[in-house]
Amino acid sequence: MNLIQWFRFASPQSFYPLAGRMIPWFWTLAALFGIAGLWVAFFVAPTDAQQGEGYRIIFVHVPASWMSMFIYMVMAFWAGLGLALGTRLSGMMAQALAPTGALMAALSLWTGALWGKPMWGTWWVWDARLTSELILFFLYIGFIALQSAIDDPRRADKAGAILALVGVVNIPIIYFSVKWWNTLHQGSTINLTRAPSMAQTMLLGMLLMALAFWMYSIAVALTRARAIMLERERHTEWVKHAVD
Amino acid sequence: MSAFLASIRRDLLLALRRRSEVITSLFFFVIVVSLFPLGIGPEPALLKKVAPGVLWVAALLATLLGLPRLFAADHIDGTLEQMALSPSSFGLLVAGKIAAHWLLCGLPLVLLAPLLGLQFGLDAPALGVLMLALLLGTPLLSLIGAIGAALTLGVRGGGVLLALLVLPLYIPALIFGAGAAEAHGAGLDAGGHFALLAALLALAVFFAPWATTAALKVALE
Repeated sequence: MNLIQWFRFASPQSFYPLAGRMIPWFWTLAALFGIAGLWVAFFVAPTDAQQGEGYRIIFVHVPASWMSMFIYMVMAFWAGLGLALGTRLSGMMAQALAPTGALMAALSLWTGALWGKPMWGTWWVWDARLTSELILFFLYIGFIALQSAIDDPRRADKAGAILALVGVVNIPIIYFSVKWWNTLHQGSTINLTRAPSMAQTMLLGMLLMALAFWMYSIAVALTRARAIMLERERHTEWVKHAVD
Repeated sequence: MSAFLASIRRDLLLALRRRSEVITSLFFFVIVVSLFPLGIGPEPALLKKVAPGVLWVAALLATLLGLPRLFAADHIDGTLEQMALSPSSFGLLVAGKIAAHWLLCGLPLVLLAPLLGLQFGLDAPALGVLMLALLLGTPLLSLIGAIGAALTLGVRGGGVLLALLVLPLYIPALIFGAGAAEAHGAGLDAGGHFALLAALLALAVFFAPWATTAALKVALE
């Protein structure tokens, strides 16, 4: 029974109103987590012993980097699902996620440069993680460019899906090849295998901000998916009712 | 297997009848490599240091130049559709086309590289390492490039889009390929780089024709 319920929302017609009801909740959560995260970031977290106040950009930089990588995985998941099951909605979700992912990658590079200038004395170094983030940004741009170059939406979805899956296979390869090529970036601050080497309050602020970014990404992706649904299904009856 | 060989033979024959296309991309490679000393200055020590990277980047671009032609002509005259419908495996026919692309656009670069390496002042062992790296790397470029060529088949602005899609995926090949020559130059063992290039090649030989076939089927729908 449950299975049938899930598949019901695989059609744009029934997902459109559901997404419309969910979006305000995600916006509210994003705002709450964002306010709490920024409050911890600016007023609670202590000044870093080595990096002074400048380190506080970590509260934007790290969540943006996480989201940029995570969104690519989610995008590839939807793309693969669309390719395997032929559901219309999957391609729309992948298309809706791509600009947010590209934005997160760009934001991560930008804030990284702002952080790098006072800490390393340079805006940019050809370090492993910076370079692989830049390549991830290129992969997003390639996906968006391919989808927008193909007029037929069904073909655009499938071609984009294949590209996203090829990209997912390549991301670890690119990551490790760049890592062996050069490494200067400070070691990962959050590591799943050992205790975090930072103050608890800093970690709390970062996690709150990560949640805020997460909720924001969902809200924006759903809003964009709704617009794509209306555009692609504009010839159908339900769109006429939905717009009225 | 006979389908694979027949597909290679056909593409080689077609290329022999239109030689200029293959020679053009070869000269493109030579010209791009020759531009670098003019751009960065003729100091032998500097040139020797940048030679592997320059040759590899030029090889990447030269391979890219031949990619839009890989499926385009066959797509326009309907041959590709007939291949997809034919009783022999479409994947093997596509693999044959990729192999032919390497023989036409990759192998000549490998053979020409030592000559250009000499211009950059590389010695014989370094040239050997460079050639071996290119020999392992250029098929990888053809295989990955074929996926991009299939995805952009018949798409607006296909050529530029192809570069945008494929070049980021070429980065591991570039790193390990140029890295092998650099490691050799620093007196280190280049074996690890060769092993990784060969591993990437094995992975691509398995997956790339499959992904290319899937992308071609999307384009033919």
